[in-house]
Amino acid sequence: MAKSNKPIVWGLFAAGGTISAFCVPALILAHGLLVPLGVFGENALSYERAKAVIGFFPVTLVVLAVVILTLWHAAHRIRITMHDFGIRNDQIVAILCYGSATVFSMAALMGATAI
Amino acid sequence: MSRNPYVRTVSPTTWYMRNGRYIRYILREVSSLFIGLYMAGLAMSLMRLAQGPKAWDAYVDGLSSPVALVFHALAFVFATYHAMSWFNVTPKAMRIRRGDDYVPGPLIVRAHYILWGVVSLVILVFVGVL
Repeated sequence: MAKSNKPIVWGLFAAGGTISAFCVPALILAHGLLVPLGVFGENALSYERAKAVIGFFPVTLVVLAVVILTLWHAAHRIRITMHDFGIRNDQIVAILCYGSATVFSMAALMGATAI
Repeated sequence: MSRNPYVRTVSPTTWYMRNGRYIRYILREVSSLFIGLYMAGLAMSLMRLAQGPKAWDAYVDGLSSPVALVFHALAFVFATYHAMSWFNVTPKAMRIRRGDDYVPGPLIVRAHYILWGVVSLVILVFVGVL
């Protein structure tokens, strides 16, 4: 039987799509908009608390899962979307998309384990 | 072979501008660009946190720059659009049988929206106390 990596690619895409649908709007609203607009007060996102909470192992795991799966979801969809925009060099696009998702996943992993 | 084959002229780069359905499709796909960029930024923020208080405070200060605010506002709109488009098709992705029938689609969609609300609230409170 012919082997295909499609189920894995698609499974991760679907997992990332679901997890980003649930988490990303609120994440952006909270730390990208409400914090800088001062809604949570002057001392929001203080270093000590962020370090303590995000460095707490179960939280670290959840954050990493959200970041890495969402990165994969976005990389896969951007690859497909490039085709829609008329860019037909799929191999290079795929390497760039999955490559940058991998690089940023590694950055998240390195950061999270060093907190 | 016909001598004069009909060639439909479809632009490979702007074809989605032809009607509203295609435009909604391409906007949904483009949401991934904003979500990906945002997540890359979030991944880098973990690095900043690991680098110590100076790097972290600089990162948090950077969040209130106009560029960051405009990007996050746009990313928020696109992420919300992605979420809605994702939840609206959940009945197609998950057909749940209950006895002889299937659970009605609108019920599945509503369940996802309720869970989305709960998760969003948890995240808002979580970041709020951070």
